[in-house]
Amino acid sequence: MTAFQDSQPAIEAPPPDPAAPAPAEPSVTGGPSVTGGPSVTGGPGRRARLAGPAAFAAVAVVMLVVMPLALEPFRLGLLAKYLCYAIVALGIGLAWGKGGMLTLGQGVFFGLGGYAMGMYLKLHDAGGDLPDFMVWSGVEKLPALWGPFGNPAFALAMVVVLPVVMALLLGALVFRQRVRGAYFAILTQALAAALVILLVGQQGLTGGTNGLTNFFDFFGQDLAADSTQRGLYLVVALVLGVLYLAAWQLVRSRFGRLLVAVRDGEDRVRFLGYDPATVKTLTFAISAGMAGIAGALFVPVVGIISPALLGVVPSLELVVAVAVGGRYALAGAVLGAVVMGYAKTYFSEELPEAWLYLQGALFILVMTLAPKGLAGVAAALRHVRTSRRAAA
Amino acid sequence: MEGVLNQLPIGLSIGAVLLLIALGLTFTFGQMGVINMAHGEFIMAGAYTTYLLQGVGFLVALPAAFVVAGLMGLVLEWVLIRRFYGRPLDTLLLTWGVSLILQQLARDLFGAPNVQVLSPEWLRGGIGILPYNRLFIMALAVLSVVAIWAYQHRTAQGRRMRAVMQNRRLAATSGINTGRVDRLTFFIGSGLAGVAGVALTLIGPVGPALGTYYIVDAFLVVVAGGLGRLRGAVLAALGLGLLNSYAEFWTNASLAKVMVFVVIIGFLQLRPQGLFVLRTRALT
Amino acid sequence: MSDNLLEIRGLQVAFDGFRALDGVDLTVGAGELRFLIGPNGAGKTTLIDVITGLTRPTAGSVRFGGQELVGRREHQIVRLGVGRTFQTSVVFEELTVLENLDLAASFRRPLWSLLRSRRGVPETVDKALETTGLTALAGSRAGVLSHGQRQWLEIGMLIAQEPRLLLLDEPVAGMAQDERARTGELLTQVARDHTVIVVEHDMEFLRRYASQVTVLHEGRVLTEGSVEQVRADPRVQEIYLGRAREGAEDAVR
Repeated sequence: MTAFQDSQPAIEAPPPDPAAPAPAEPSVTGGPSVTGGPSVTGGPGRRARLAGPAAFAAVAVVMLVVMPLALEPFRLGLLAKYLCYAIVALGIGLAWGKGGMLTLGQGVFFGLGGYAMGMYLKLHDAGGDLPDFMVWSGVEKLPALWGPFGNPAFALAMVVVLPVVMALLLGALVFRQRVRGAYFAILTQALAAALVILLVGQQGLTGGTNGLTNFFDFFGQDLAADSTQRGLYLVVALVLGVLYLAAWQLVRSRFGRLLVAVRDGEDRVRFLGYDPATVKTLTFAISAGMAGIAGALFVPVVGIISPALLGVVPSLELVVAVAVGGRYALAGAVLGAVVMGYAKTYFSEELPEAWLYLQGALFILVMTLAPKGLAGVAAALRHVRTSRRAAA
Repeated sequence: MEGVLNQLPIGLSIGAVLLLIALGLTFTFGQMGVINMAHGEFIMAGAYTTYLLQGVGFLVALPAAFVVAGLMGLVLEWVLIRRFYGRPLDTLLLTWGVSLILQQLARDLFGAPNVQVLSPEWLRGGIGILPYNRLFIMALAVLSVVAIWAYQHRTAQGRRMRAVMQNRRLAATSGINTGRVDRLTFFIGSGLAGVAGVALTLIGPVGPALGTYYIVDAFLVVVAGGLGRLRGAVLAALGLGLLNSYAEFWTNASLAKVMVFVVIIGFLQLRPQGLFVLRTRALT
Repeated sequence: MSDNLLEIRGLQVAFDGFRALDGVDLTVGAGELRFLIGPNGAGKTTLIDVITGLTRPTAGSVRFGGQELVGRREHQIVRLGVGRTFQTSVVFEELTVLENLDLAASFRRPLWSLLRSRRGVPETVDKALETTGLTALAGSRAGVLSHGQRQWLEIGMLIAQEPRLLLLDEPVAGMAQDERARTGELLTQVARDHTVIVVEHDMEFLRRYASQVTVLHEGRVLTEGSVEQVRADPRVQEIYLGRAREGAEDAVR
């Protein structure tokens, strides 16, 4: 029964990861001497191997030096927000693009990270009193759940621990039973829906629909100050860079190969002596941890965390951003998040009525015409160029 | 105690609505491997059809909603979905795009605020704890299930549908026009979502986002019921409807969904492929 | 303990009332090359599926090197040293030939050590490349391989895992004549230092490469013996004549 197997390409092979700075295996360019070891990288290989790191370095310089100088604080803040989404997208690229797990509930993990950070900031601002929204909802005593989040170390740990533990638990229960593909997608979506309803309903505990907002101080810095926002931007960009490198190392390692193998032939992997459930659960947890970190950074950057930011729709929007950018390439996922972020801001300011039509039409077009997204288009163009050069 | 009993018709009618929605999903999912996120908007289409036909007669709205929603499904299948067979996850995102467009369309056509459909005179009131409108919804679901069963087992076209569901390639090589069967399945499944939309006008207001409230639960019915299984869908829908309404009753609305989710995950530990499984000997 | 590597006793499998295996007893000694034949539906693949944990038997036991396999998960059975191929070969098309083999060879490494990049090539992989003759293709993506080359890669992946028992499910199905010959050589070579069970339909292949044969029929072991003994058995002639007229001549000659 093939009905609910993953859609990952058995026939159509995704392009090599354009984000990978080096050919992941030295053997591609090598001849028969391949088995000799990793030393086989001839003339053309060296260029390809350096192109990636060079591109990464260039992007890093632009993001860390040029952007903070060129953009006014408001625009820089927007970029910081999109980079937070890009961190989530990176995780989705890993789980979905490389591992074939379509997760429609990354908002859950984003939210766990965001609320953990938000709770700390709220308690810190309140300085021993009750946070403002609790007073308004008639709460008289700080709920026990909130207590430990007054400790910054605890709160920061929870930013990663909560999403990772939740993903490990869900993954272990679901993947072990070989629930996969669309079933997994539906379950993650149901989780996102359930969490939103829970958060909205517990007004006194979570701030309800409004979520947690009105933050003033971030580890001794005034959140309203431009310098703080600039610093936050740099932190977000750095975190994204570091996580990107980590994800890239993961993908090119044996584990990454195993992950792709699980995506393309889970049952076959089992007969190689690996437990695919472990591989998937770990990867899912890593992507959840990334989303949690992103959520925690989002809170001081944007100044709010609320159910509307992490439900079914925002979760799906990020998946679509990854699809638009190109799910098989980590760089595509990151790029997609930034591009879609800008598009959303621009169109919902300029043409608010048309935005939903545009967004809908965009998915249909991308899915129909360029299922590999922008990264796929770029790879195809590059391919045309190189083969033209070869012909000349 | 009275409260507990009052909850019963509510749970059963929610289950009935979920069933009407899930029937279409489970067949399109089981037969074509398609996850149609726009299915919720067919519910909405059925509900707005009822809204437009107010005054013409409620019973006219039923077939009208079936045909309107069914045709929307047929067009969607014909124009887009059939190009995506074998790529269920892509279809999911694709149809979500369609769903966004349809929701915005409804906002532009009917306005963003909810509208109220006046229930017909003969559906107001009730016997004891059983309101007529909820009884009607249950009857509608029962009739639909019987009709689907008869269609699948008693008509040639329905048998073709089952054949394609069980083994598409074999069906195709036996001379069955699978494309036609797919379109028809989509028409019927989407039409039933339209009928569910009619039913929903009896218990609540109609708005552009109507479908989004039910689609996730309906998908859970498919997961719990087993792919493409009528029996499974019936049991899972009733179970989920009752679980939802009692969880809300005993805890509160905000915890209910989390509880339902936990129960589903627990259930999948016992029956990972749902209540009933289409058994085949092939390796995955 | 005898030197029997695999001991199957009273194995039964039922699918919705249909008895795919109906009390199979089978013993395979260490170092043996055993062919498993039988008409369609005899239960050959089901037997392999049970040994490797893909199918749960309704009754019976499968002991491998003294350990019970029934009830273990697929990957655990592989870790005990039982490897298999499938009728339709499944290799990872995205990965290169070398990566496919390396992935197979790495299965005993702790998971965290897989996070490091690969440096060099394990010896077992080198050997598997050599044995299967795929050295020149090591850097190619497995997606571009021909049908025959894929089967060899699969066998290579098995050897790279250094299993104690190899189960090959119809390794030459769909192959051209010269590919069959290559596969036969490969099989002979592999059987030199491994215990191998081969499910095969192809009688020509059987005649050339088999020594010990077990015949399955309707979920039971019909007979066992050398190729000559089995071919001479009137019951074997009967089932092949009764089942499939064409090819039957071939089968018993």
